[in-house]
Amino acid sequence: MNLPRSIAARRALGLAPALITVAIFMVLPMLILLVFSFLEADPYGGVEPRFSVEAYIQLLYEIDFDDALVFNPIYLGIIWRSIFLALVATVGCLILGFPVAYFITRQDPRMQNLMLYLITLPFWTNQLVRVYSWILILAKDGVIEQPLKAVGILDGSLGMMYSNGAIAIGLVYSYLPLMVLPIYASLEKLDFRLIEAAHDLYADRMKVMREIITPLAMPGIIAGCILVFVPSLGAFIAPDLLGGGKKLMLGSLIHLQFASSRNWPFGSAIAICLLMLVMVALMVQARSAAKRRAMEAGR
Amino acid sequence: MSESDATNALSVRNVVKQFGSGPNAVTALNNVSVDIQSNEFFTLLGPSGCGKTTLLRLTAGFEQPTAGEIFLFGEEIEDLPPHERPVNTVFQHYALFPHMTVEENIGFGLRMQKWSGPEIRARVNETLALVKMEQFATRKPVQLSGGQQQRIALARALAPRPKVLLLDEPLSALDLKLRQAMRNELKTLQRETGITFIFVTHDQEEALTMSDRIAVMSAGLIQQIGAPLEIYERPINRFVADFIGDTNFIETRIDQVSGNRALCVAGGELQFETDVVDGHGIGDAVTLAVRPERITLQKTMLRSKDMPVIEEATYLGTDTSYEINIGDGVVVTVRDQNAEAGMGRFAAGENVKLTFSDGAARMLVD
Amino acid sequence: MSEKTPKKRKGFVLGYYPGMNMWTLFFFVYLYMPMVVLVAYSFNDGNRAQIWQGFSTRWFYRAFINDDIQNAALNSLIIAVCATVVATVLATLAALVLARGGEFRGRSASLGMVTLPLIVPEIATAVATLSFFAIIGFQLGMLSIIIAHTVFCIPFAFLPIRARLEGMDTDLEQAAGDLYANAWETFRFVTLPILAPGIVAGAMLAFIISVDDFIITLMVSGAGATTLPLYIYGMIRQGITPEVNVISTVMLAISIAFITAYWFISARGDTVKGH
Repeated sequence: MNLPRSIAARRALGLAPALITVAIFMVLPMLILLVFSFLEADPYGGVEPRFSVEAYIQLLYEIDFDDALVFNPIYLGIIWRSIFLALVATVGCLILGFPVAYFITRQDPRMQNLMLYLITLPFWTNQLVRVYSWILILAKDGVIEQPLKAVGILDGSLGMMYSNGAIAIGLVYSYLPLMVLPIYASLEKLDFRLIEAAHDLYADRMKVMREIITPLAMPGIIAGCILVFVPSLGAFIAPDLLGGGKKLMLGSLIHLQFASSRNWPFGSAIAICLLMLVMVALMVQARSAAKRRAMEAGR
Repeated sequence: MSESDATNALSVRNVVKQFGSGPNAVTALNNVSVDIQSNEFFTLLGPSGCGKTTLLRLTAGFEQPTAGEIFLFGEEIEDLPPHERPVNTVFQHYALFPHMTVEENIGFGLRMQKWSGPEIRARVNETLALVKMEQFATRKPVQLSGGQQQRIALARALAPRPKVLLLDEPLSALDLKLRQAMRNELKTLQRETGITFIFVTHDQEEALTMSDRIAVMSAGLIQQIGAPLEIYERPINRFVADFIGDTNFIETRIDQVSGNRALCVAGGELQFETDVVDGHGIGDAVTLAVRPERITLQKTMLRSKDMPVIEEATYLGTDTSYEINIGDGVVVTVRDQNAEAGMGRFAAGENVKLTFSDGAARMLVD
Repeated sequence: MSEKTPKKRKGFVLGYYPGMNMWTLFFFVYLYMPMVVLVAYSFNDGNRAQIWQGFSTRWFYRAFINDDIQNAALNSLIIAVCATVVATVLATLAALVLARGGEFRGRSASLGMVTLPLIVPEIATAVATLSFFAIIGFQLGMLSIIIAHTVFCIPFAFLPIRARLEGMDTDLEQAAGDLYANAWETFRFVTLPILAPGIVAGAMLAFIISVDDFIITLMVSGAGATTLPLYIYGMIRQGITPEVNVISTVMLAISIAFITAYWFISARGDTVKGH
């Protein structure tokens, strides 16, 4: 067997299958989604091939009985809830994850490896199953309520399920490893002598954390925040199972439009909005990465 | 034992430091005591693993002693965290904060001590001038060469005017020329600021040229403390004599004793006169240390199997080094300055006559 | 040594922050408690999933003889195997070019393209893929799921393979060339054997990602093809028996087994890098 002689031909041959697959089944569908968002809905599912910006108008306004556009805050509220809950989840992951990422770097290598394994493991297990297990915990008469009732502290239900709080817990739980791992990666590179030097120069523990550890972990913190924020924004499972379909987020709203409401253009428009938000988040990260590279380039 | 004397900048009392515990414990310092005076340039000298850096880190507060006390100007400090000790460190690899400019690095300690903005600026500028780095104030550490980073590390540690400055092999990462230039600058800086410097190094030349006093360390113990001249001229034991400079060790017996002077004979006929140490008497086996440059070689017309004979001559540029068999299989190394151009005055196989300056040989405590 | 007993040292430990041990402990409890609860509840005797009514293994038995579950498991397996094989082959080829093909125009764009499915939110990928199949009139079913899974499995297979290649010494390939191996022989006898653990690791990640996928499968599955996650979702939605806990526990066990194996394979791989 012989490989093509020219390196360019070999590159093309190697890359083409993967790139074409992604282009046809990923990029092209995204473009179709963009086109769909500017078409009219077919009430039986799918689209009518007529240009319309109605899907985008529908995000902000509804048409009342007199055919007049009336401001409708429902969808804006859902977008806001998505952003808000994604932010809460991001901050929650950061607060929960940062001390742990730091703690891991202070362990010996064997222990570090074990802890990283334990953190990665849940991430690769089925997300549906993991979120579902929170139903067992939070549900009426679940793991938390049942013993409280048995002892007689609780009467009735705490109503923990189907709340923003339950969704936030589910989101934090789903994406926590994505916060810990990049922060760990940047803290692990931190030269411990800098901490010694800062203490030597009269900084106490809190000042060392604020002046040295946090700024130097910033690339990892930003990467972790983006990695948690982006999937939280489009999350479907956590709001669907723990929000009970009552507290909608962007992900569940999109699903609703394609599944039961059968308004594909509207669903497409929301998906496009979601992608825009994701792009903004990624641009923020790209800029911070570029800044960091520029700083390191002086070396 | 008396408590510390307040005129000492640093007093270390019976300090023990073990790392780990149980059977795997490693003793880095084994009951070390030392007094360092105010305004002194004091050097801890020894091979790697001798405990010199550990002693420095205990002083800085990065580690706690397993036992013993440390006093700074009479105040017991071993339980204080590093940020409560008026002591600053120049790190071996500088440990400059990469996300701060040169100015911010130097001002860091002042800011942590809650100095006002104008005060910080004034001190930073003053310190930058001291290390001649004024034009680099707004650079980041990565934009500086090794030598420049070294000066900033020094400036950062000096800016808060610590009572004691600790330097952990600060010159080891520099190339030779720069290292030699920095030696003079460090010495000048110490004199100008009047701050007590405690300098850790494994480089004997650095220690000898800069220090007021040197503590030679090995295996977690201080072997000898003294001025450079004393350490070099009167090494107390085999380790010190061997670690500092080149030395011939001659195993011999005491032949005669008069007062506190002893006469030993080595090889064929060579006689060495030394001070008696450790109460040795006639017939005792002792080790003599003789520096190669303290033996003078003279031409001789005599040819004899019993006379010292040159086995090997090695050209070293400024000197020629000779391996000389002085009889009985004892070989000594002698350095002879190359006063004239050429390969040295003697060739292998030649007989020579050896003479010694007074005090060239020294009896060692084993 | 001094005679007095050494006094107790308060000891300031640099880099230690009070409470970080407890915080980490809490973190791991938070991370693992739900899974422990789930496994425990798969032994629940009652008829309702969430309410504990005593120990029993009867739901395990019920789940294993359930035809629907068997069908769903078979579907999941077929889809995962097909998607894994195709995605791993495509990813290996792409990784060889991107890690070994030197610098060329479009290199970083290609890299972005291959890893694109990681960045786009799953729900967007799901509805886009559904729209695509709708517009070309593709019948939804097993095949549509396999295609969709293949696409998003590519980056998961790609990353471990590329990591392996980047950790590999290029001298080895040059040495093979020096010893008269042509490009194909070099690949066949040097690169591929060293790369093998990376390929296995990548395939395992792709497999587990496919088996676990829910949202994309939900959108492109059509009526006939139910996978295990879809079946679980259906059970959660319709008032639930402990049977769902049992299947969930089994899925958990499969994932953990695969990821643990993956961890060991990629850890062993590190030793070949030669530091």
